[in-house]
Amino acid sequence: MSVFIIRRLMQAVLVVWIMSLLVFVGVNIVGDPVDMLINPEADQAEIERVIKELGLDRPIHEQYWFFVANALKGDLGNSFIFNQPALKLILQRMPATFELAIVSLLMAIVIGIPLGVYAGLKPDSKISKTVMATSILGFSLPSFWVGLMMIMVFAVMLGWLPSFGRGDTVPLFGIEVSFLTWDGLRHLFLPALNLALFNISLVIRLTRAGTREVVHQDYIKFARAKGLSQNRIIFVHLMKNIMIPVVTVLGLEFGGLIAFSVVTETIFSWPGMGKLIIDALQNLDRPVVVAYLMIIVVLFVVINLVVDILYSILDPRVRLQDLKG
Amino acid sequence: MSEPVNTSIDSNPEALKVETPFQRFASDFMENRVAVVALVVLIGIIFIALFAPLISPTNPYDLATVSIMDSKLEPGSKSMGGTTYWLGTDGAGRDLLSSIFYGLRISLGVGIASAIVALLIGTSVGLVAAYYGGRTDTLIMRFVDIQLSFPTILVALILLAVLGKGVDKIIIALVIVQWAYYARTVRASALVERNKEYVEAATCLALGDRRILFRHLLPNCMPPLIVVGTMQTASAIALEATLSFLGVGLPVTEPSLGLLISNGFEYMLSEKYWISFFPGIALLITIVSINLVGDQLRDVLNPRLQK
Amino acid sequence: MTDTPTLAVENLETHFFTKAGVAKAVDGVSFTVNKGEIMGLVGESGSGKSVTGFSILGLVDPPGRVVGGKVLFNGEDLVGASEERMQKLRGKKIAMIFQDPMMTLNPVLRIDTQMIETVLAHEKVDKETARQRSRDALGQVGISAAEERMKAYPHQFSGGMRQRVAIAIALLNKPDLIIADEPTTALDVTIQGQILYEAQKLCRETGTALIWITHDLAVVAGLADKISVMYAGRLAEQGLIDDVLDHPVHPYTIGLLGSIPGHNTRGQRLHQIPGMTPSLLSLPEGCAFKERCNFADDACLLRQEVTQPVAGRSVRCCHPQLGAAT
Repeated sequence: MSVFIIRRLMQAVLVVWIMSLLVFVGVNIVGDPVDMLINPEADQAEIERVIKELGLDRPIHEQYWFFVANALKGDLGNSFIFNQPALKLILQRMPATFELAIVSLLMAIVIGIPLGVYAGLKPDSKISKTVMATSILGFSLPSFWVGLMMIMVFAVMLGWLPSFGRGDTVPLFGIEVSFLTWDGLRHLFLPALNLALFNISLVIRLTRAGTREVVHQDYIKFARAKGLSQNRIIFVHLMKNIMIPVVTVLGLEFGGLIAFSVVTETIFSWPGMGKLIIDALQNLDRPVVVAYLMIIVVLFVVINLVVDILYSILDPRVRLQDLKG
Repeated sequence: MSEPVNTSIDSNPEALKVETPFQRFASDFMENRVAVVALVVLIGIIFIALFAPLISPTNPYDLATVSIMDSKLEPGSKSMGGTTYWLGTDGAGRDLLSSIFYGLRISLGVGIASAIVALLIGTSVGLVAAYYGGRTDTLIMRFVDIQLSFPTILVALILLAVLGKGVDKIIIALVIVQWAYYARTVRASALVERNKEYVEAATCLALGDRRILFRHLLPNCMPPLIVVGTMQTASAIALEATLSFLGVGLPVTEPSLGLLISNGFEYMLSEKYWISFFPGIALLITIVSINLVGDQLRDVLNPRLQK
Repeated sequence: MTDTPTLAVENLETHFFTKAGVAKAVDGVSFTVNKGEIMGLVGESGSGKSVTGFSILGLVDPPGRVVGGKVLFNGEDLVGASEERMQKLRGKKIAMIFQDPMMTLNPVLRIDTQMIETVLAHEKVDKETARQRSRDALGQVGISAAEERMKAYPHQFSGGMRQRVAIAIALLNKPDLIIADEPTTALDVTIQGQILYEAQKLCRETGTALIWITHDLAVVAGLADKISVMYAGRLAEQGLIDDVLDHPVHPYTIGLLGSIPGHNTRGQRLHQIPGMTPSLLSLPEGCAFKERCNFADDACLLRQEVTQPVAGRSVRCCHPQLGAAT
């Protein structure tokens, strides 16, 4: 098992390294680094000073090592707009984005799995057919438009829920979270749902497909022949088998949630990382963009790693294979 | 019962007696009513996009005809000159219906163009990987896998951060986002084909590699490629709309549907919903009909054409 | 023979309603199995023997269902019994062993979990007791020192071991009847022999009735007390094992026995029953076997009734071959 982990860790490090190269190349070679890293409104003397400071007059490989060294120290440049370390800005906003992503994930699980299992067990019922048809919509509809419609219907027309911003927060282990307050929940609901739509459809289809496949297996028939109750068969025998692909996909999707939060955060003015980067892109605040990209890449790689490990824990067949291999 | 839909330039009018594969395919396709409707709608949309300047009631980008006095009018209201604004006007007084027609043109154009280029690149890479196998294959596929494990929007954002704005840059970004998917699909089919006997036979005949690749492997990879191409076009259109909505996509001079929706965003809270709503519906209909057609194509092409 | 038989099946009919037509998988099958008796249910694939087993337990999946007849278990008719009642009986009073243990044991659950749950589904005991019972059952099938082994997953066992586990599961609640559906088909011959031996011993000792479903006459010969031969959903012939195997009466049985390699002399062509098993969707009128039968005539166009040409035997045939001997 540890061989497995070490191997995956090494792959992860490799990917992060390659991404850092790509980002670096992107910033320095494809684009004009002077534009990218220096505030365009600085005057000539200032520009020259910064060029010296950032080492932009040095040969490229030196610049790269400089970049890596700084990155490992946690210094990814300062934001033009806020004049603060880019990394700090991002970390400040991370809890909000994570909160949104986690709540979305939970929604996808809580709504998607029961519906999917039901649709799998009774594929011909009206409810199942409706659910499946709606799930196609969940895939095709561009989420930003759905978000707009949600605001229009629930906030503007019906006035039930707020249309922007994050609610009141309380500190939890030192981090500000908003799901513990009623106001916070009211603000969380629409954006989280909007973000979750794609995943809800995905989970429904996955669990339904898994259920339909598993239900016909001999071991389910055998479980019935043993006289086990319907509940036990569904919740233990069936679930454990379909959970494996579902968990894997959801785990990978978590990264997607973080990425797609850029859209949801923009629409709902949710103060997270996503909104930060969109603003940064529009305002040409390149250090923030670079910092965001590196963080996201690291995040992704970590998520992929965790999912792989989780998968091997859940599926006993994989676990032992790796021991031998 | 079914008349052949003249969607394809390929249909051969001389093959009367024998039912060609295409005819069989067409009749299979038409078994699903919903997909047929979607196809018709799609053709309508393409038609609108192609002929937008000719059929649209006004030219929303001709500043001479646009008047700020007409702005934010509700659907159905009339302008000073007597023309009806069927879908209302936007914040600058432009007729929404016309804007949507022009917007469709751009959205569809960018989406299809990027899909085609991505298809060409991805297919070539996939074929090469499948045919040569070994280290080349592993290397290419690693690359593809890593790229595919990142969500498309992220890749697009990274690319746009680096490339900047502009129609060509957006298309490049969309191409880079999509090619990997085509590569993977084509490689999978090509691998299946590669192991079949006729490829061995062709190799024995010492036909050049390129000939084998293009004349033999490729035609058999077509079915999944067509399906993936359709679905990816829908994704590309959706992605471009999302990016434009966020303000990092197409520049203001090329207003795709995404930009129209974004323009209308600020009016949402004051109940002038139509400015975002109708372009959104247009986008929706486009994407959903492409997806429905793609779904049916997948069902029809899958078990059958694997003769 | 004055006890109520453990199982008495009367005219059981199970039909499958498919788009292509109705397949009468079980078409009027009757037999009895008494306490401690072992009955071999023999037939080719498609003869309906497995479906018979499932029908007894009420586990026939759509598009099939039991449409007629009775299944009297200790006198109680199971056809039409409520699902609740069936659930109580399954795994407790009637146990079933399936053919392929890899597929019948849930791959993601441990062996002990799958055994303990069978006990707990039917009795309110604590987990330790259930675990002890499981260990004992494993001991009964020859898996000793089971404690560690039980914590393993199915794929960590060999095929023979897995089938033993499946048998142990069947034994856990000391059922009155065990239905074994081709349990040794997927195993090699030596393991098969062991399992057959242990099965016989078990039935003698505990009075459990056993129905052994198989296509292999050789297996049944050494094991069973009585035999029922099925063809195309109907019973061709039934009787005590030695009677049937030594003096088969139905032409199909004669053909089956004749086609066992070893029964002919060297150099002679292997005997084969001509033709193929008919599809259940297009059975010929009258006798299902007549197309392949050497003794058929016009009388065979009528559906055969079950007759008792000799004591203790029943056969469904117009032309029972009374003089035949193998």
